[in-house]
Amino acid sequence: MKDLSMHIMDIAENSIKAGADEVDVSLVFLGETLEMTIRDNGCGMDAEMVQKITDPYTTSRTTRKVGLGLPFLKMNAEQTGGKVEVVSAPGEGTTVKAVFFTSNIDCIPLGEVASTLSLLITGNPAINVKVRIQKDEEVYEISSREINDILDGIPISHPKVGVFVKNMLKEEL
Amino acid sequence: MSKVKNLQDLKKMRDDLKGKITLREKSDHPDSLVQIKVSMATCGIASGARDTMNYMVDELESQAVDAVVTQTGCMGYCYAEPTIEVTLPGEKPVVFGQVDTKKASEIIEKYIKNGELVDGIIPDSYETIDKK
Repeated sequence: MKDLSMHIMDIAENSIKAGADEVDVSLVFLGETLEMTIRDNGCGMDAEMVQKITDPYTTSRTTRKVGLGLPFLKMNAEQTGGKVEVVSAPGEGTTVKAVFFTSNIDCIPLGEVASTLSLLITGNPAINVKVRIQKDEEVYEISSREINDILDGIPISHPKVGVFVKNMLKEEL
Repeated sequence: MSKVKNLQDLKKMRDDLKGKITLREKSDHPDSLVQIKVSMATCGIASGARDTMNYMVDELESQAVDAVVTQTGCMGYCYAEPTIEVTLPGEKPVVFGQVDTKKASEIIEKYIKNGELVDGIIPDSYETIDKK
């Protein structure tokens, strides 16, 4: 992964695979730390799976035998002095929290957060993606549901909507 | 705040878009939306699927092609990422591999707009042995 925003997309994709219909993405920038939390209401995992989940040779998929999403996230967080926490229980969804020390020289760049989040929102019409971004004291929130309410039947995945949402997020960030 | 202003702008755009889409639906081509799915798992993202998707959204928007662009998981073609699946109205889905922005533009120009097939198709059948 070249930047942190790619991790957001990647971990959120796990949530979608887990059958979630609600995915909360929270980014909290406080001083020199970034706390990235992705919470879903998907199928969750048992304690044994949670323990093994950052092992690259652990995956629930059957198309191949490796799963690199969480191991990469863990590596990139830990090399800045941060950490990754996974909390999950079967039937109760999963929360992945990653802490990065953005001032560390080994911290990968933040990347294009606005375009990542807009693709996440518009690319998954069946899922209510809730985004919350906090920069010190300032908080910005948006959700797929809010956008869908306004769209009134127009598909959220229409390119015109995609470009609009991207520009709106860019303005806010 | 600008957020409210922005969502109001979205309302305006919706009304504009609604007029156009219903107009087209009433014409000869009902169900006129092209469907594009971009494979967005770890393998895809690492190979640049996000840039491909971003490019497609921008390009389809500027060329005013009515389409829905969505994400999907790993299709199992990790060697050929980024992969996309394009379904033209009334056609069977076609999967393309190694779709960088250059390939994406070729797919839009030739396949989506003119129905001409281009290189890079991954032969894929949606029928399993059990179904046959």
